[in-house]
Amino acid sequence: MTIEPLSGVALLRTALHDRHVAAKARMVDFGGWDMPIQYGGILAEHHAVRRSVGVFDLSHMGRLYVSGPDALALVQYLATNDASKLAAGRAQYSLICGEDGRILDDVIVYNLGERMLLVVNASNREKILAWIADRRAGPLASLDADVHDATTETAMIGFQGPESARLLQSLTPANLDDLRYYAAVDTTVDGVPTLLARTGYTGEDGFELIVAAEHGTRIWDLLLEPRDGVTPALCGLGARDTLRLEAGMALYGHEIDETRNPYEAGLGRVVKAEKGEFGGRDALQTSSAAETGLALVAFELLAGGVPRQGYPIVDGDTQIGVVTSGNVSPSLGKPIGMAYVPREQSGVGASLSVQIRGKAVPARVVALPFYEHRTRRRPILGASRG
Amino acid sequence: MDPADRKYTQEHEWIQLEGEVAVVGITHFAQDQLGDVVYVELPKVGDRIEQMKPFGVIESVKTASDLFAPVTGTVVEVNDTLGEQPQSVNDEPYAAGWLIKVKPDSAGDVETLMTAEQYGEHVGKA
Repeated sequence: MTIEPLSGVALLRTALHDRHVAAKARMVDFGGWDMPIQYGGILAEHHAVRRSVGVFDLSHMGRLYVSGPDALALVQYLATNDASKLAAGRAQYSLICGEDGRILDDVIVYNLGERMLLVVNASNREKILAWIADRRAGPLASLDADVHDATTETAMIGFQGPESARLLQSLTPANLDDLRYYAAVDTTVDGVPTLLARTGYTGEDGFELIVAAEHGTRIWDLLLEPRDGVTPALCGLGARDTLRLEAGMALYGHEIDETRNPYEAGLGRVVKAEKGEFGGRDALQTSSAAETGLALVAFELLAGGVPRQGYPIVDGDTQIGVVTSGNVSPSLGKPIGMAYVPREQSGVGASLSVQIRGKAVPARVVALPFYEHRTRRRPILGASRG
Repeated sequence: MDPADRKYTQEHEWIQLEGEVAVVGITHFAQDQLGDVVYVELPKVGDRIEQMKPFGVIESVKTASDLFAPVTGTVVEVNDTLGEQPQSVNDEPYAAGWLIKVKPDSAGDVETLMTAEQYGEHVGKA
């Protein structure tokens, strides 16, 4: 086998970087950040989140606070979902599209009352900041709002798994029974001011915590302490990827990127064309946007192999689609993936062929999510949209 | 320390001669770098393999990697248990996690490979 050499590029470090090094994590360049891909092993970390609880450093995610009288108006222009429907303390999944209607990023928008928060992908943070600056030099010039990039001033930690609420409750005065999925509250954890959100990217119940960078290691260490007979697992980006894949959630750079529009990605439900002007609206209202002929589907491989990003979906000798993500599902024990295929072959049960190293391997379109926690949650990427 | 009773390739495979037949696997270092192995694609009994050419593919959660033949020869046995238990490669890379058995055309091929000590130095520099 061949072992790839590490690149020598200078990478950004989160406030928790020393903890990853001390834990002997395997580190990788992820969106320009030196991040842990795994500590012990991806499968053990994955199962810890499905069965118990795991702790993730998410500090590489971009955290952009929008404040001022026109904060909502700015967010409404930037993102496709209708943020005016967000009550204070609630969050929503949304997209940022270019004027051509293609996807620049997928984001979580939080209404924090006096200000709003956009959590953007690490690899897209600078692009989105540049996009905001560009729009504010043009169509948004009259808006009175401040955009503050708090990414390096804060730490963001995921606490994910069926035991997360029980363990976290003893550390915070916030009543977690009252904190619904996609809700957030300004509270404290062990006395440290914390934005605590019931969000995640794993398909499990769980939380994401944002604290000042100088408190990052304290909260990190606290969350990892054994409590009530449970020892939370250190989890890296490898497990984060297999967990989100099983949950059927899109990952920027895989299912979505600047070549895809929301409709073919099955995300039309977060494009609210009736809400007013926003980036990409005109392009997204043309019929061609909704009818690219492709649809994102979930599939199971019916024979041996591991589907990976970029593998062709074939019909005989002709490529008709492409795999966007794939792996052997740790929870289901079988190879699964997501792919763009012709819309007429996107129905559940449709037969596909995935080309793996020159061989056509049979696959079948299945409903999303692949894996569902016993408490039903709506996946980010649903299967039933047309 | 890697077992001294076998030889090693630069691409992190090992080979152990058992009379006329040799057992092939990947090293502890290789399985550690790969992480959790989830799928192994191996040749069939009777297939020909050629020294330092790919003879199969090993896939972990993270990545897919070619397997390189330590010798030229004919495959005489394949570790079928890896279909159900690919993690054997992680758990016991020098024992239950073996990949194939091969009849080398020439015993000389094995002599061109590294000793455990040489492989240890090779990995130390990697």
